[in-house]
Amino acid sequence: MTVSKIRTDAAEAAQICIVTVTGADRVGIIAKLATIMAGANINIVDVNQKIMESYFVMTMAVDIAKASADMAKIRKLLDKAAREMSLNITIQNENIFKAMHRI
Amino acid sequence: MRISVEEVFETVRMTLDHHFDIRTVTLGINLKDCMDRRVGKLAARIHKRIVEKGKLLNKFADFVEQKYGIPITNRRIAVTPVALLLEPLPHKIAVAVKIAKTLDAAAKEADIDFIGGFGAMVQKGMTAADEILIDSIPQALSGTQRVCGFLNLASTAAGINMNAVAKFGHTLKDLAARSKNGIGCTKIAVFANVPEDNPFMAGAHHGIGEPDFSLNIGISGPGVVRDVVSQNPDCDLTQLSEVIKRTVFKITRAGELIGREIAELMKIDFGIVDISLASTTSAGDSVADIIEAMGVRHIGLPGSTAALALLMDAVKKGGAMASGNVGGLSGTFIPISEDAGMIRAVRDGSLNLEKLEALTSVCSVGLDMFAVPGNTDAETLSAIIADELSIGVMNNKTTGVRVIPAIGKKAGGIVHFGGLLGSAPVMKVAKTASPEFINRKGRIPSPVQALRN
Repeated sequence: MTVSKIRTDAAEAAQICIVTVTGADRVGIIAKLATIMAGANINIVDVNQKIMESYFVMTMAVDIAKASADMAKIRKLLDKAAREMSLNITIQNENIFKAMHRI
Repeated sequence: MRISVEEVFETVRMTLDHHFDIRTVTLGINLKDCMDRRVGKLAARIHKRIVEKGKLLNKFADFVEQKYGIPITNRRIAVTPVALLLEPLPHKIAVAVKIAKTLDAAAKEADIDFIGGFGAMVQKGMTAADEILIDSIPQALSGTQRVCGFLNLASTAAGINMNAVAKFGHTLKDLAARSKNGIGCTKIAVFANVPEDNPFMAGAHHGIGEPDFSLNIGISGPGVVRDVVSQNPDCDLTQLSEVIKRTVFKITRAGELIGREIAELMKIDFGIVDISLASTTSAGDSVADIIEAMGVRHIGLPGSTAALALLMDAVKKGGAMASGNVGGLSGTFIPISEDAGMIRAVRDGSLNLEKLEALTSVCSVGLDMFAVPGNTDAETLSAIIADELSIGVMNNKTTGVRVIPAIGKKAGGIVHFGGLLGSAPVMKVAKTASPEFINRKGRIPSPVQALRN
């Protein structure tokens, strides 16, 4: 209850999160994620993908500032999609990457 | 500049494959203003404050965990040393035990797994209240689940309080006898030069130099570092130090970000980041495994001390660059029972108590979570403690001891605690060592190193 309140209080500026998909590439990953994001009123800002150490890695930057669901709910939807497509999907606020990889 | 796929992947892999987490967020709570001459009043105030703040801590830690997708493994509370709160109260063991039970019940209600601070600063001498607290330890820690205790028995400035060291040997035997498998002894650590802002149990407490509240962070464990060492089998030790440094920089920054954010949500001061590498019982989350990945066949064999020194120095350099608020213990934890590699090394004979002690002279912070035969004399336990604390006193560093006399077990046996506490192989030690030395009591004077002004 209070968690969603915190989210709403700070909802004016952009809140960029990075969705990371790892696993085997297949048809329909982006389509599936795009459907989930649209359903939760989340704007997709950027998409990148690469093969690294035999992993397929896709990152998607999304803005959750106007999202109709909180992080826990979004994570649940992504977990379900991950199970259906046998992939790993994570979502994290981009500040963690900035803190770790930028001085 | 947007974060690259490679950078994102590095962080995500740390979480998915190498136990990357925030090991602990520990809320320090001042209880001095709760003091009263009536124990009921004191207990009620303590209960109210801990439940209220503990619930908030859990709530905000959950929120931040979701936001960053990094697990916050432990949420804990550290309070003002309880001996201080006992000062105005009747000097009875039952009173001290009541406070321990109050802390236990409040932690349970707030869903906090461990609450630290049932302890005293007695490096130079003991007040009547300090003595009562120590006398109450066997009952207090065997009769509660979540309460952790500490005693600071020595410091570089004061020397070693051998009266308290001698007393504590008997306290430990009594505590071991009262709790199943001696598990009560896993909840108390004794120190030289104890830090006041250490977020790790069992030694955590909210020191008297601290503000009303402070939020302290323990960073991720050894899994991430071991992975980076394993991935660089061919680089020389200078380069290896550099590689470790860079990794620790990243995990410390994550710790600081998360700590600051929780502190801000709670509207309290952010305290420190403790950059200790703390093992867990999970496979791969072992400091011994890092040392072995560096090229030492088994921890405990020649080369271990040098490897550990290099490791921790690199950790400190990376951590100090990442955060202006490094504090707490910030050394290596090599608890025997909680580190699969340490257990293996004791069982196959490459690591003994003497070598474990040597490791503490460089950067380990003590003899932690090891078992000795249950028939070991109280004076021998005191002597192990005195040896270890003297390393801390003479080298201006923190050292601690958490030893479990395993009742009914002999050297070579094993005692299981379960869960986070793991299993401890029983280490070999002389049953009777130096009773005449310990029973002299008194104080080992502070060393000349203390005269620095």
